[in-house]
Amino acid sequence: MIPFAYNLRSIAQRPVSTTMTALGVALVVAVFVAMLALAHGFRAALVKTGSPDNVIVLRRGADSEMSSGLSRDNARLIATDPRIASGVDGRPLVSPEVYVVINVPRVVGAGLSNVVARGVNAEAFTVRHTHLVAGRWFQSGRSEIVVGKKVAPRFAHTAIGDTLRFANRDWVVVGQFEAGGSALESEIWGENEQFMPVFRGDVFQSVIFRLRDPAAFDDVKRALEGDQRLQVQVQRESAFYAGQSTILTGVLTALAMMITSIMAVGAVFGAVNTMYAAVSSRTPEIAVLLTLGFPPRSVLASFLAESALIAILGGVAGGLLALPINGIVTSTTNWNSFSEVSFAFRVTPDLLLGGVVFALVMGLVGGFFPAWRAARLQVVQALR
Amino acid sequence: MALVEIRNVHKSFQRDTQVIEVFENLTLDVQDKSFTALMGPSGSGKSTLLNLLAGLDRPTSGTITVAGAQVNAMTPSALAAWRARHIGFVFQSYNLLPVLTAFQNVELPLLLTRLSKKERDERVRIALGVVGLGDRLEHYPRQLSGGQEQRVAIARAIVSDPTLTLLDEPTGQLDKRSAEEVLTLLQRLNTELHKTIIMVTHDAHAAEKASQVLHLEKGVLAP
Amino acid sequence: MNLLPLVLANLRRHRLRTLLTVLGVALATFLFASLRSVVTTLNAGSEVASASRMVVTHATALVFPLPMSYRERLKTVPGVEAVTWANWFGGQYGDGKLFFAQFAIDPESYLAMYPEISVPADQRAAFLAERSAALVGKGLMEKAGWHLGQNVTIRGTIFPGDWTFTIRAVYTPTVRALDDRSFMFQYAYLDERTEHRVTPGWYVLQLRDAGLAPTVAQTIDETFRNSSAPTKTGTEKAFNQGFVTMWGNVQFLMNSIGMAVVFAILMVTANAMMMTARERTGEVAVLKTIGFTDRTLFGLVMAEAGLVTLTGAVLGLGGAKLLYAGTAFNGFGMLPGFDVTAGTLAIGFGVALLLAVASGLVPALRAARLSIVQALRHVE
Repeated sequence: MIPFAYNLRSIAQRPVSTTMTALGVALVVAVFVAMLALAHGFRAALVKTGSPDNVIVLRRGADSEMSSGLSRDNARLIATDPRIASGVDGRPLVSPEVYVVINVPRVVGAGLSNVVARGVNAEAFTVRHTHLVAGRWFQSGRSEIVVGKKVAPRFAHTAIGDTLRFANRDWVVVGQFEAGGSALESEIWGENEQFMPVFRGDVFQSVIFRLRDPAAFDDVKRALEGDQRLQVQVQRESAFYAGQSTILTGVLTALAMMITSIMAVGAVFGAVNTMYAAVSSRTPEIAVLLTLGFPPRSVLASFLAESALIAILGGVAGGLLALPINGIVTSTTNWNSFSEVSFAFRVTPDLLLGGVVFALVMGLVGGFFPAWRAARLQVVQALR
Repeated sequence: MALVEIRNVHKSFQRDTQVIEVFENLTLDVQDKSFTALMGPSGSGKSTLLNLLAGLDRPTSGTITVAGAQVNAMTPSALAAWRARHIGFVFQSYNLLPVLTAFQNVELPLLLTRLSKKERDERVRIALGVVGLGDRLEHYPRQLSGGQEQRVAIARAIVSDPTLTLLDEPTGQLDKRSAEEVLTLLQRLNTELHKTIIMVTHDAHAAEKASQVLHLEKGVLAP
Repeated sequence: MNLLPLVLANLRRHRLRTLLTVLGVALATFLFASLRSVVTTLNAGSEVASASRMVVTHATALVFPLPMSYRERLKTVPGVEAVTWANWFGGQYGDGKLFFAQFAIDPESYLAMYPEISVPADQRAAFLAERSAALVGKGLMEKAGWHLGQNVTIRGTIFPGDWTFTIRAVYTPTVRALDDRSFMFQYAYLDERTEHRVTPGWYVLQLRDAGLAPTVAQTIDETFRNSSAPTKTGTEKAFNQGFVTMWGNVQFLMNSIGMAVVFAILMVTANAMMMTARERTGEVAVLKTIGFTDRTLFGLVMAEAGLVTLTGAVLGLGGAKLLYAGTAFNGFGMLPGFDVTAGTLAIGFGVALLLAVASGLVPALRAARLSIVQALRHVE
């Protein structure tokens, strides 16, 4: 093997060219990581919204909470299922919910945006794994609301103590909650019995409950869907929300792949140029190595390693470039409910590793033909 | 008045902390239509003198006048235009542009003039004819022998009919026969076409072809 | 120009390098044009709106319907010439993979309001004559492989059940940016088959004069402020733009990626130019000896950079324009009327020019400032 130190020195001898090639790769990797971090972030927010030990019941045929509707009788019937877990006070962990999307004025940028208003009962906070971060929960029977922690910075009149007007009523904001970064943090919650009369009348959109034993899901599903009085569909909450993210995540991932693969071709061109120049400026050295008895495959490996090293440097730099976007909050629309969802970019270690591997592939592809040329060099011609 | 007048030229280089004195007080006249050979060992300052004459380098003090123009006082851009008009330069290693044909290489200096394409064409053919390569117009440098390359370089140097032709070891990389051809060519340029030539060489045989030989040793001239 | 052959000869020196650099620039400008066209197309979607049309929705949210009685009251608002309405159906066709918008419309008034929805007279009559008839966009017909007279069943999500429609008419948009993949059917059919009373999802108004829009909006919203269904009235353009902003900050995303693309290719191009310049140090010195001025040598390097990037830009931008126009690309139905505009092309060439300057400047300055004596010493 030709010592790797030889490659390190030759890279160091042309710092500008190396830096530029590596930066080209770095930018491709940065875009790759950033776009996938966007897709991951959106997916994570929706997936986290659902918990695998929760069950969501909708009207049969409804593809989202928005198009669903369940009567009070149905909700009461569902709540009697024995497989539903109980809370510390012994009450079943069931939340029949009202779900509407309302217009709320934005703080940044004029105009209105669609925000989910969810009417829940007292059990919802436990069922949905939410925690107060400021203020208090709303009190039953009052025109009070609590807001997810991503709502207040984006929308007007949503700070604690503010009064938000919708559906012809004034609502006092009394608290702020967090929900592990999930889409619930983009919602406004009030009491279901308060929301029901002002929105869609005497009907719930969904019933959510906690299972005593998560493995009992199939039993519950069979029981409820088979009940002729109900006409409902039953899904695991986690699967339901993950399903809502598939289209947009798919679009984003496809877009990321398309854009970065075109960019990658450009970066590979850069690597090819650099490596050909490296090979031709070192022709006499290669000839000497071959004369000394190094086999051509060692020369091939040596130049491939050099190209791979430059690319990996670029890949690492690209990952570092993309890292600061981790945690930045942005928003888009959940097209299943037409409501705005805020979520944070998520740069995961897997994604960074993927970026470096992507860079490595670019380096190997870009370095192959120049390395091949170096390995097949005719010694006599090279020394002339 | 001599074509070239060098008066009290002092030239020193700074290399790291050391100051190298090349010429301390050099004075020299070169007559019009002469063929001067400049000899001397390595480091004697031959090439520096040639660079000064071509306006590629400036003296530390003193004046250099070529055909009435004071070279050491010109601005860089005036110098470039002056060089294009008055100086033909031939290098030891030919220095043809590998991407251009013999014809295109010789045409290069003419691109800086106002000559029409047709006039340029004519001149290039004449110049290549003079150096005996009228049949090699479309050859690239790598398709020519060393002697042929150097003759193309000479054609490039004389194509714009310069006042002064400067050659830096023109036969240094050539075999004996090619060197002989080049030297005969230079002699003909001087006697038949009356070109003023200054040639740096360390080859005594080459110097014999010149009408005047000067020896440069440690920055001092001797006939 | 006398020196063009010299520039061309230099570009031929490393054919592969020149080719790869040109292709790199072509890819970058192609991506740039594509990304920017997403933004311009989305914006053009709201431009298609008529300035004299307004949309009235429920103030709380689009999903809440407005009372039928508003129809007569809206007609009496000064400046309003005509009123129509529609409902979002939101059904699913087949396995849901073929997504398209479905609206229930009041046929006669709606088609009168939207002259850009062009329907042959006989088909129009057929559509109006049958309760369960559907009017389908040309693009959707082709995509789904449907034909006139075919029955299509859609599963309702908001309005439960299986709904079967008969395609009686096909429309062709007269403006490129109007979606040609919508599915429309009679409002009366929706109302008739639904147990509870259906009321309009939104109203569309035709104004006598576009200038009246602010007054009309104010009058209407005032009138219904304290009713059970307060309204939000805005121009059709604002209504459409609302949907564009729902995607999130697409413009910012596309611009950021575009910048990254351009910078990545700048690295590739500049690197190639620098390598080329470095290899030619000796030749530059020779040219200077011959009498080429610093300025000419600066120009030669810049011309080389310019030629590379402009050739790349012509390939990339021209390729984008032809490819998208030739394949009638529409972003899988999400970007109707996708087009690379003249503005995008102009900006693309501007970017290429900047690329030329940025990548050529350092090597060109280096060539211009080169000291002959030092360079020749290096060569000899």
